[in-house]
Amino acid sequence: MPLKKPKVAVFKFASCDGCQLSLLDAEDELLLVAGAVDIANFPEASRRVVSGPYDIGLVEGSITTPHDVERVREIRKQCRVLIAIGACATAGGIQALRNWKDVKEFTRTVYASPEYISTLDRSMPVGSYVHVDFELRGCPINKAQLLEVLNAYLNKRKPTIPTNSVCMECKLRGSVCVMVAQAIPCLGPATQAGCGAICPTFDRGCYGCFGPMENPNTSALAAQFEGLGLSRHDIMLSFRKFNAYADAFRKESDAHE
Amino acid sequence: MVIIESTELNHLLEGLISRGYLLVGPTVRSGAIVYDEIRSAEDLPRGVGDEQLPARYSLRRRDDAMFFGYGVGPVSWKKFLYPPRLTMFRATKAGKGFTITPGETEPRPRTAFVGVRPCELNGIIMQDKVFLGGPYVDGAYKKARDNAFIVAVNCTESGANCFCASMGTGPGVTKGFDIALTEVLQGKRHYFTAEAGTSLGKEVLGALSTREATDPEAKAGLDAVARAGTSQVKRMDVRDLPQLLNDNFENPRWDDVAKRCLACTNCTMVCPTCFCSTVEDSTDLTGTHAERTRKWDSCFTMDFTKVAGGNIRPSTRARYRQWLTHKLSNWMNQFGTLGCVGCGRCITWCPSGIDLTAEVDAIRGNGVHA
Ligand code: SF4
Ligand code: SF4
Repeated sequence: MPLKKPKVAVFKFASCDGCQLSLLDAEDELLLVAGAVDIANFPEASRRVVSGPYDIGLVEGSITTPHDVERVREIRKQCRVLIAIGACATAGGIQALRNWKDVKEFTRTVYASPEYISTLDRSMPVGSYVHVDFELRGCPINKAQLLEVLNAYLNKRKPTIPTNSVCMECKLRGSVCVMVAQAIPCLGPATQAGCGAICPTFDRGCYGCFGPMENPNTSALAAQFEGLGLSRHDIMLSFRKFNAYADAFRKESDAHE
Repeated sequence: MVIIESTELNHLLEGLISRGYLLVGPTVRSGAIVYDEIRSAEDLPRGVGDEQLPARYSLRRRDDAMFFGYGVGPVSWKKFLYPPRLTMFRATKAGKGFTITPGETEPRPRTAFVGVRPCELNGIIMQDKVFLGGPYVDGAYKKARDNAFIVAVNCTESGANCFCASMGTGPGVTKGFDIALTEVLQGKRHYFTAEAGTSLGKEVLGALSTREATDPEAKAGLDAVARAGTSQVKRMDVRDLPQLLNDNFENPRWDDVAKRCLACTNCTMVCPTCFCSTVEDSTDLTGTHAERTRKWDSCFTMDFTKVAGGNIRPSTRARYRQWLTHKLSNWMNQFGTLGCVGCGRCITWCPSGIDLTAEVDAIRGNGVHA
């Protein structure tokens, strides 16, 4: 146990707060976490703000405005270890769907005075602006994985966060493959494990919430989707979800435009 | 050889339960036949069959009342002998050191495996070599294995992905069972021929009201099993297989299969002989308790071959080649047999429909021959 409790801060950019809520949702463990670290800044949980520097910064959300860029650079300076949490912070999130469109056109349509809107053309992961020490995937992240990362930090060991496919989680828990047994298109074979294979276990195809796995073969998976009767357009859409702008998924969706 | 009428099958299961066995056997779940806990013959997939193709599996209603009229499903028996996750030990900080407590403190239930197919029984025999052979015995496996009672069921039909006949692992059992059954259904006549392979099996059978099989009854069973073999469409060409793969390390077919392979690990997870595992350590937040867990791993994951300085098999090409070459070549040097029993699971459950028999044929077709 470190003598002085490490200071942890949570920061939010463009996101839905779901990842921060995963930490709050860790009810049983939350008190233990609070005992082991000093939660210096966690807007979803408390108004208390302790100024930096921090030992660990957890960053949720994607970078979408010039102001975000400045802020994330400042946060980086304040944090010894910076961990991007969730699909927004690690891949740009669902809002990265706008990266395929003209954002000026959106602001013109949506806002009465678009000249007050200052935004970047693309929603990007935190890592594209600052160095990130660890990326924790998921939309939202899995609370057990977040605890594992904090736990590993506290105990000075490497976090056990597998990067293999969701298929392995299905097989470990004994779930029957929905693609083979029910002809349901499933992103599992190209998606990183982490959720515990929730969707396939409930007879749904994987939505790819944890982003591309370590060595994804998306084109082979797309070929299978085609065999299951998906149109080009549907294949494009299936890769363009919460992790649409993650490299492998972006390329595969573009290939089916 | 004795006869158990189909209406009496449950007596066999009851007999095992009364001897303290937990029953695991085939049952329908999530559109497939899986092996899980069963309580009586009622839980068996009676009248259910299946269709299997590469990357396709579906259940169908049979037009008869066969109890065992289906092919092997996605789950293999290894999950009961070599569990997907196993706590190896727990450690608690005590002064400057740790106190270690064993991971498995509960005694393992005595388990009867009902409906083990011949290919699967051969898979278990292969894993016995892996976990029990040689100087280091896997304690957890041994405990589970010693507590297992095997009711094998011979195959009287072959699925489109079965190729046990060419591997010499089926469709009839020859060894390793406590009781072996053959289900015979001819018109209204529905019975099992039963044979004991061990004294315990003999005892269990002896406690039932059975009678000796007549010659025609026994022959009907044997004929049905033989037909399952001769009607098998898929085959593995095993001629000089270990050498063939050794000679074809740079065959262009590996590039071709790498384009289709998802490196998803499904083939290795469903394979009854694949045995690789990884070890994960976990701690609690305060660092006073730690736990070591063994978990199924696969030669298709990146971590599997990550060593200091890099990854020795970074490409999917290298991974698939490793898998197939280990199964069908290096296994021979290691364990004295091929590592495949021809169950066809890796073909059915590969989301890309990669068929190892076709890969071997392709390599044979365009390959280097000694
Ligand atoms: S390699 Fe495939 S066919 Fe052979 S035993 Fe394993 S799963 Fe069955
Ligand atoms: S051979 Fe098939 S099941 Fe095995 S890793 Fe490749 S795609 Fe997955």
